[in-house]
Amino acid sequence: MLGKTAGGLYWMFRYLERSENTARMIAAGMRIALTSAEGDEEWSSILQAAAMDWGYRQKYGTTVTRAQAVDWMLRDGENPSSVIRVIEGARNNARLVRTALTREVWEAVNQTWMLLRDMLKTQVKESELPAVLQVIRQQSAYVRGAVSGTMLRNDIHNFIRLGTFIERADNTARILDVKYFVLLPTASAVGSSLDNVQWDGILRTVSGEGGYRMTYGQDPRPREIAQFLILDRRMPRSLAYCGGVLNANMQHLARDYGQRMHCHALIEALCVTHLSREVDAIFEIGLHEYLQDFMGFMAEISAQIEVDYRFYE
Amino acid sequence: MNTRPTFDEMWGTSRELRSPYATFQQWFEGESLARLRKKQREAEDVFRLTGITFNVYGQQEAAERLIPFDIIPRIISGREWTRLSRGIEQRVRAINAFLHDIYHRQEIVRAGRIPAEMIAKNAAFLPQMIGVKPAGGVYTHIVGIDLVRTGEDEFYVLEDNARTPSGVSYMLENRETMLHMFPELFMKHRVQSVSNYPKNLHRSLAASAPAACNGNPVVAVLTPGIFNSAYYEHSFLADKMGVELVEGHDLRVIDGRVAMRTTEGYKAIDVLYRRVDDEYLDPLNFNPDSALGVPGIMDVYRAGGITIANAPGTGIADDKAIYSYMPDIVQFYTGEKPILQNVPTWRCSEADSLAYVLEHLPELVVKEVHGSGGYGMLVGPTASKKEIAAFRDKLKAKPANYIAQPTLSLSTVPIFTNAGLAPRHVDLRPYVLVSPEGVKITPGGLTRVALKKGSLVVNSSQGGGTKDTWVLED
Repeated sequence: MLGKTAGGLYWMFRYLERSENTARMIAAGMRIALTSAEGDEEWSSILQAAAMDWGYRQKYGTTVTRAQAVDWMLRDGENPSSVIRVIEGARNNARLVRTALTREVWEAVNQTWMLLRDMLKTQVKESELPAVLQVIRQQSAYVRGAVSGTMLRNDIHNFIRLGTFIERADNTARILDVKYFVLLPTASAVGSSLDNVQWDGILRTVSGEGGYRMTYGQDPRPREIAQFLILDRRMPRSLAYCGGVLNANMQHLARDYGQRMHCHALIEALCVTHLSREVDAIFEIGLHEYLQDFMGFMAEISAQIEVDYRFYE
Repeated sequence: MNTRPTFDEMWGTSRELRSPYATFQQWFEGESLARLRKKQREAEDVFRLTGITFNVYGQQEAAERLIPFDIIPRIISGREWTRLSRGIEQRVRAINAFLHDIYHRQEIVRAGRIPAEMIAKNAAFLPQMIGVKPAGGVYTHIVGIDLVRTGEDEFYVLEDNARTPSGVSYMLENRETMLHMFPELFMKHRVQSVSNYPKNLHRSLAASAPAACNGNPVVAVLTPGIFNSAYYEHSFLADKMGVELVEGHDLRVIDGRVAMRTTEGYKAIDVLYRRVDDEYLDPLNFNPDSALGVPGIMDVYRAGGITIANAPGTGIADDKAIYSYMPDIVQFYTGEKPILQNVPTWRCSEADSLAYVLEHLPELVVKEVHGSGGYGMLVGPTASKKEIAAFRDKLKAKPANYIAQPTLSLSTVPIFTNAGLAPRHVDLRPYVLVSPEGVKITPGGLTRVALKKGSLVVNSSQGGGTKDTWVLED
């Protein structure tokens, strides 16, 4: 496969995953705004979790309003991570790597782009917002489904998975990091339960409320939430799950090409050092420090994949 | 001016249903317009979702445009096709012989059949190709011959596209779309298949592998990138052939071979189907500012390290000034009378011709020798007095830049409009593959149709559309 193609696939699926995560964060923000008195204040931390706060402040200053924040995240052309921009990016990359995709996958992406281009042409009305966010999530699932049902499990698929799960791990880590202060006051009081809409919001963002309930029951507790979103390998958006998928796909590439690269050592190290420890050890290090370290590691791995597989020159 | 009635592919000149259309007409009579209108809209949705688009330069909003597709097929009988394809093969063989001659001994110039300056001063002539021997002796591997029809047995060649003919993806997608929408029509007709084209293209290219190739030839398609107007076609062909679609920056010369950057390192390419023009192919040998090509590829090519299809310098054969010599060229290299006719052409570089052309501008079509895509031309009969006057000045200033032809009465074929069938002018571009193993012509080709009533301009860049072309089994 061409290095350029591998890079195009990788970024195409990072963008698609990002569009879904952004929609999830907006949905969580909406929910909190509608169910608590705090209202608009929550949007600052949503923007921060999505790493879109800096650009927002450049454009709008320090005052954060719901309408502006949503518009910035969904459809602002000046925001390189807005849903419309990343969908455009995904579609452009899909055109670039068209020969590596099945017709179903290409059409799923192209349809997503056509649909969202029309839906996001003008500012989304509050009354329409839940429906629009749902479409974004559904389309992302549609593309993933087309991949899962029609693509060969070869190196093309490996690069698709790498893009998807690096982005997802990064997003989950971000969400946790922005909210870590909510955990702090109670972290030492092991066993106490949280009564905070923000935690509910986090679990919703990652579609984890049901899974959490099944595993830990009704009461959200800081230790369990961290355990669930960082270390639980059954949870498809947890850091450990993402790390496991990344490792498996990189090992597959190494076997397929008969060559081990530096990125393989990095992901293995990450799995050993960050994803195999006890949750109490993480709290001891400090959740924030742990997450910062994890995100730095992910960025390093991403850059190393680009080098090892010759995405650019 | 022409006074006889226009020939219609379905109704001839005497409004009598022509036999290739007999079954179709019966079917059409039984269809409701409402259903067909719905089908026409469905077809557009298919094209949009599949992304069968072309890019229009300089138009931000409509950066990707659909080429309008018409659901009424153009139908050619097997007998008509047999004659056409014989003529096409003869012409293509002559073109390849001509190219070889031009870059070697120039017998045709020595024989006085073509003036020496016609070659030497031609912008499409590449001195870098003199003495080069392409693998298997093939210069133009992929050719598109533009044909027009003016009567039952009157076909003219309008243009020989010997450098990078495009549109073959539309030929294939048009057929796919028709098969999807009107399966019953294909049960009633025996339409010759076009779907082998990508396989034949791959085989044909592989058969032209260079001396340096060892083992299975590695073929790749070279595109200028996603902003090129024909990018869809480039990715389509690479996909269907199962080969890599590369850009200049994916390639580099290593150890005398052109190699592509893969996830596992650099890998040599044997045959490059390039969709990049000559002048952008190699910044070391041609335009130094170009980033589309590969520095040094010409040196590798000359040394037999890679096959470039089509060969650099083939443009000299489809130049509009050379076109007027094509009947001589066919005769000279094949020793036979040309089966397909040329449109009578005045070369404005010649004083007598120029005088005639200047006098008859309102009746003539005047084209730039190096122009393409319907740009920079004058269609006399539909031009205003002002336009004619302006063109007269251009002609006088640079006569050698122009040729002129009579306005042919192009045949029409019905298209589907809201009110039913309506005749529109068409041309036809069949696709020809040349390899050391022989010449292969796909039955049919791309029919381009002027969608505006009365218009003679069928180019997609000028608002023309396309339709499926059927060659029936006799």
